[in-house]
Amino acid sequence: MVTAARAVARGASGMIQNETQVPVETIDELAARVPDGAQLAVPPDYSGCAMAAVRALIRRGVKALHLVGVPQVGFQGDMLIGAGCVATLETAALTLGEYGPAPRFVSAVKSGHLRLKDSTCPVIHAGLQAAEKGVPFMPLRGVLGSDLLEQRDDWRVIDNPYRMTKEQDPIVLLPAIRPDVALFHAALADRQGNVWIGVRRELMVMAHAARTTLVSIEAFTDDDLLADDRLAAGTIPALYVTAIAEAENGAWPVGLRGCYAADRSHLQRYVEVAATAAGFARYVDEYVGG
Amino acid sequence: MSMSVGSTPQDGSTAIDWRAEELLVATIADMLEGVRHVAVGASSPIPGAAALLAQQRAGGRMRVSVLGSERDNFFTDGARELFDCAAQGRIDAFFLGGGQIDGAANINLVGIGAYPRSRVRFPGSFGSAYLYFLVPRVILFRVEHSPRVLVPRVDFVSAPGTSPEHYYRPGGPYALVTGRCIFLFDKERRRFRLASVHPGHTLAEIREQTGFDFDSPEAVPQTAVPTRKTLDEIRHVIATKIARTYPAFAAHLFDGVPGGTG
Repeated sequence: MVTAARAVARGASGMIQNETQVPVETIDELAARVPDGAQLAVPPDYSGCAMAAVRALIRRGVKALHLVGVPQVGFQGDMLIGAGCVATLETAALTLGEYGPAPRFVSAVKSGHLRLKDSTCPVIHAGLQAAEKGVPFMPLRGVLGSDLLEQRDDWRVIDNPYRMTKEQDPIVLLPAIRPDVALFHAALADRQGNVWIGVRRELMVMAHAARTTLVSIEAFTDDDLLADDRLAAGTIPALYVTAIAEAENGAWPVGLRGCYAADRSHLQRYVEVAATAAGFARYVDEYVGG
Repeated sequence: MSMSVGSTPQDGSTAIDWRAEELLVATIADMLEGVRHVAVGASSPIPGAAALLAQQRAGGRMRVSVLGSERDNFFTDGARELFDCAAQGRIDAFFLGGGQIDGAANINLVGIGAYPRSRVRFPGSFGSAYLYFLVPRVILFRVEHSPRVLVPRVDFVSAPGTSPEHYYRPGGPYALVTGRCIFLFDKERRRFRLASVHPGHTLAEIREQTGFDFDSPEAVPQTAVPTRKTLDEIRHVIATKIARTYPAFAAHLFDGVPGGTG
């Protein structure tokens, strides 16, 4: 394992400001921290997806994941499902957006080989917010009368104990979601292990809520991200960060806000190739390896 | 999306051509008049274009949040902010679709057949189960108008069209816009009422292509065709804006229209 201190020594500045407690690892070492059976929280394609780490997870052959989309999940979900890494999928959607139906997800649903915990976006956000606060549940409006509620034995309905009305005011309670691991990609981290996520603050909530937070980044900066308020407001403090791996272009083939756009032709090709299990296997051979 | 093109003389001037998509954009923009804040979900280019057109007409006095857009999305507190914002009553209008939509305005974004092993699986419910309760003017939008989509009863209720009266529910369905017509939702009768039929379509055809029963006036009006001014706005202003979020859609719709893709 390469420590951040050694990373600094390799770096251009040569100034060691503060020895970090956040280990800096290779992408495969980072992926090795996700145990089989882990509850793994990942963001949607529009946020920061650690695609290089997801490929490393598939190479390693991780098994029986409980994958949580925060609040939905895209290509990385379809790939992990296609590679047989996922036992349970908890998400508001698995969507490839404009590229069309998610081939490996749809196939797994039909075969019955995937335990589905269908959810809705604000329920997942609320569950993570409960975990942030260290409380066991969160109330939320809406959702009543949805078949989602019928399917989920872990969601409850109570009468609002603070209601001002004579009639009952039913309100849904959702259990806290405390993922074993949050895994995402960001543009920048400093040598102390603070991670800049800018406006993509669902990544902040994920890091607050999870027991372990694994981050891949485009590059390190020698500046202190907490020294400038303009950056600090969009920075996850190292307190919440378990380990970091440097992975330039690590969100590819999806995009990373402010850094690069999605590789549209590659994503389109994925959807076409992954239409069959054999095609998906060829895709894995070519782009994932192992 | 059908590529049908209409041609209608207006105010004695020469006939102008419009596309089916432009009619829908113009129609939905009309429904957003007076709205303070409209949010548009992911993968919704026509509602997105309509919201930007309504904003343009309001002289900027309308907030538009296009989710998934880097430019037309002002939220700074993560993906949860939209939902918290809606629960506070800060969002007046939103769009929902559905793999299936029934006559009571229930929507299904999960799948066809018995859950969980859906015969046809859709992406999932997204925020529908929540936003349908909290946003006052929810416009259901689905171009495909067929018995396959507009069913007597959805196979899975992602979000119910109506709720018992004592439930806290400031939001709900306002209209259903399809490629053939516009329905308005009657909250008292808990069913749709046909409001207008798009040019080139008929009431008989709509009865045949709709799997649920609905109310209809004796004489059904035709949906207003877009004016030349509206078409100019769509092609010269909105096309550029919507291309920032939906480049493929903009390229398809505005291809060959002078100035449209600038």
